[in-house]
Amino acid sequence: MTKEEIMKPENLVYRKPELLNDTPMHYCPGCSHGVVHKLVAEVIAEMGMTEKTIAVSPVGCAVFAYNYIDVDWQEAAHGRAPAVASAIKRLWPDHLVFTYQGDGDLACIGTGETIHALNRGENITIIFINNAIYGMTGGQMAPTTLLGMKTVTCPYGRVPELHGYPLKITEIAATLQGTCYVTRQSVQSVGAILKAKKAIRKAFEYSLQGKGSNLVEIVSTCNTNWRMTPEKANQWMEENMFPFYPLGDLKDTGK
Amino acid sequence: MAKMKGATLVDIERCKGCRLCVVACPLGVLALTTKNVNQKGYNYAEAVLEDTCTGCSSCAIVCPDGCITVYRKKED
Repeated sequence: MTKEEIMKPENLVYRKPELLNDTPMHYCPGCSHGVVHKLVAEVIAEMGMTEKTIAVSPVGCAVFAYNYIDVDWQEAAHGRAPAVASAIKRLWPDHLVFTYQGDGDLACIGTGETIHALNRGENITIIFINNAIYGMTGGQMAPTTLLGMKTVTCPYGRVPELHGYPLKITEIAATLQGTCYVTRQSVQSVGAILKAKKAIRKAFEYSLQGKGSNLVEIVSTCNTNWRMTPEKANQWMEENMFPFYPLGDLKDTGK
Repeated sequence: MAKMKGATLVDIERCKGCRLCVVACPLGVLALTTKNVNQKGYNYAEAVLEDTCTGCSSCAIVCPDGCITVYRKKED
């Protein structure tokens, strides 16, 4: 069988999601953001919500997310995405509203907005990309940076006496009464990616059904600022991030 | 059981040569180019063992930039 015989439209099994447009993504090679963008685009299309989705983009590496996924977007001030999303959801209750935020945006400057939006039980979904570092600004220490991890602002490693302890925002969210579905996933392998996709779909469905706020944390890599190859960064994440940020559902009251 | 034959099509100009597809492929079908680069200067992924591909889509699923299209057909 020749390549031409196989490459026919009826034999197509995987292609770039249609909602993801042809604009080349500005992310570094191997960045987890691209995979999560693909998952979000696939889930929205599969749910048939293309025309009824409003997303809120953060400040951070994902600030240009609105250039890549063809749904309606609103850019929020740094950390304020959950507040903006709350307003949008209240004005458009039949729309799918989600925010897409990194750890600097969500777990640092936007901690207040995040916790209160989740606690109010706004029917939104927050997708939280946690790579334990400030990616866009050049690899500074973030609240989620692991103890002992080296960044440009803690070159000898993070020490609790000086820098405090890493913040587990997802665990905090699971204790709030307003949240419906709180989960932690990753996207380093095929299996993990398929699980993450299911989690995103579940969170989107719950928020549409008005069951409360949903948080999907994706433990991610930042190979550029971790100073590793993408392959090595995935291994490092499995060895160092997963023991501190264990994967799985922390709360699911929507069943 | 009928064998599955697959074929991959890489969007060369979109590829950033991160090598995640090469790692994800269970059969070693893909490899980065060693001599050629795309317009951005990256060594891009290409199928080096085309006949081995079963069209499992692992490479395409892990590709952060959505560069890979996969086709799959049952062998007659």
